[in-house]
Amino acid sequence: MGNAPKVRTIRLSTTPTPEALAELRLGDVVYLDGLIYTAREGVYMRALEDKANIPMELPTESAANFHCSPAARINDDGSYELGAVTATASFRFSKWIGEWMAKSGAKLIIGKGGMSAQDYKDHFVPNGAIYLTTVGYGTGALLGRGVKRVKTVHWNKELGLAQAMWVLEVDNMGPFIVESDLQGNSLFERENAKVSENLAKVYEGTKPAVLKRFGETDDKSDEMIG
Amino acid sequence: MISIDKIQETAEILMDKAAIEIPQDYLDGLKAQASVEDGDLSSFVLQAMLENYEAAKEDRRAMCGDTGTPRWYVKMGNETQIEGGPIALEAALRRATANATNGVPLRPNRVHPLWRTDHDNNVGIGAPEIEYGYEPGGEWIDLITVHKGGLFGTDYRMLFPSDGIQGIKRFYLDCLVAFGKRGLACQPAIIGIGLGGCKDTCMVLGKRAACLRVVGSKNSDPKIAELEDELKELGNSIGMGAMGFVGKSMVVDAHIEVGYCHTGGMQMSVHAFCLSSRRAVARIFSDGRVEYRTDPDWFTDYQRRETVEWEMPQKSAQYA
Repeated sequence: MGNAPKVRTIRLSTTPTPEALAELRLGDVVYLDGLIYTAREGVYMRALEDKANIPMELPTESAANFHCSPAARINDDGSYELGAVTATASFRFSKWIGEWMAKSGAKLIIGKGGMSAQDYKDHFVPNGAIYLTTVGYGTGALLGRGVKRVKTVHWNKELGLAQAMWVLEVDNMGPFIVESDLQGNSLFERENAKVSENLAKVYEGTKPAVLKRFGETDDKSDEMIG
Repeated sequence: MISIDKIQETAEILMDKAAIEIPQDYLDGLKAQASVEDGDLSSFVLQAMLENYEAAKEDRRAMCGDTGTPRWYVKMGNETQIEGGPIALEAALRRATANATNGVPLRPNRVHPLWRTDHDNNVGIGAPEIEYGYEPGGEWIDLITVHKGGLFGTDYRMLFPSDGIQGIKRFYLDCLVAFGKRGLACQPAIIGIGLGGCKDTCMVLGKRAACLRVVGSKNSDPKIAELEDELKELGNSIGMGAMGFVGKSMVVDAHIEVGYCHTGGMQMSVHAFCLSSRRAVARIFSDGRVEYRTDPDWFTDYQRRETVEWEMPQKSAQYA
């Protein structure tokens, strides 16, 4: 079934060296080793807007910020049960990402769908960071297998399980795909540009709605995130 | 009389099945797409997803970390009575949702829209949704749980008769292209399209078309069935595959459901049931028997009826 996919596979530390990051090319498949932590709107607001102290040593312990909340529970005895892990769409966190990178020293931002070219240029390139996208989306069971254990969970009382900061010890966790490189190039943008070439043909014969909407664009090559 | 304990017990099993086991019809549809996909990256993604379904079943863990927003569709035969009545039924489904969230475990996705309060159990105001349908004849209850992802791939537009089929195609493409970029819709998906009704019913029809019909099913109106085929092909000719990469796997199937609408309008909604098309179904009989399946079989002739009266047909025997 299918065709043998031609992809390059790489193991990467969650505290990667600049050299290791420079090696990565758009479309490479990456598996991670080390500690990663989840941080999304809840953690960003608490750390950056409420100025709460980040309860980990960053980036020494981990330079890998996962935009995720796991399907997991905390047992009454304080132990954890973690099933599946997948990412949430990252573009929504644009307003915090620059400040978060400056504060956390994150080199790997892991999530769904990438961020905008502007974010890469403004925040990722100056901080020597890249973006890894999850695959699918929804290889939650495969990623779950890569989690050796839940090291700890921070702020679950304050933020709830879905927004808490989960610290995960991972071993050969993946697959992830390199979406942006150290120069700020984006795989999604490259693919969008290719897909856009065909769109006029697909739309041929269809007609715009008789009732318009404010702000409507008819340029189908537009990026939808911003 | 259907036992309330049996309802809760079955509902908990369904929550587990939905989260972990990809329905066979969707799996077959995706494999068919994987076999013809020739984009390198898109192929890689589809292969990874196929491995993921296996891993989920082997490990009995949720197939996706975002376990969606669990909801219930409940259908009953006309003679069905439930121990404790409808209030007991709703309590049992809410308990099952909370217990399974903790048990599987699922991600406790449901929060208050403003205060972001999370009960860590997927239960809250209006959650889980519980919707009802009825069928002539029989004493049985169908419990259907759907765990649909909640953020991208759905839109509504008021179209008009003058927009015509070409207007329908335009809005359909707009939705697929817009939400397909970067794979936000988690395609390839089952695309459900609601046509007509009022705004709210149009959304309900489209969502049910996506979530309550299996891959390969056709609308009973042959002309609508033809349009379904056409829209499936159109979606797969965009040139976009999984994750928005170059490819041709966008639509595993396209389902249309219609409802009578205002004479001046042609409401349209589009819904995408993602790579984790999670649904599980069980029928419970009054003697305690439970039959599990993955086809909700929601859109019967009775659900699509257009007449004032409904002749109690001989075929009601099939529900006995």
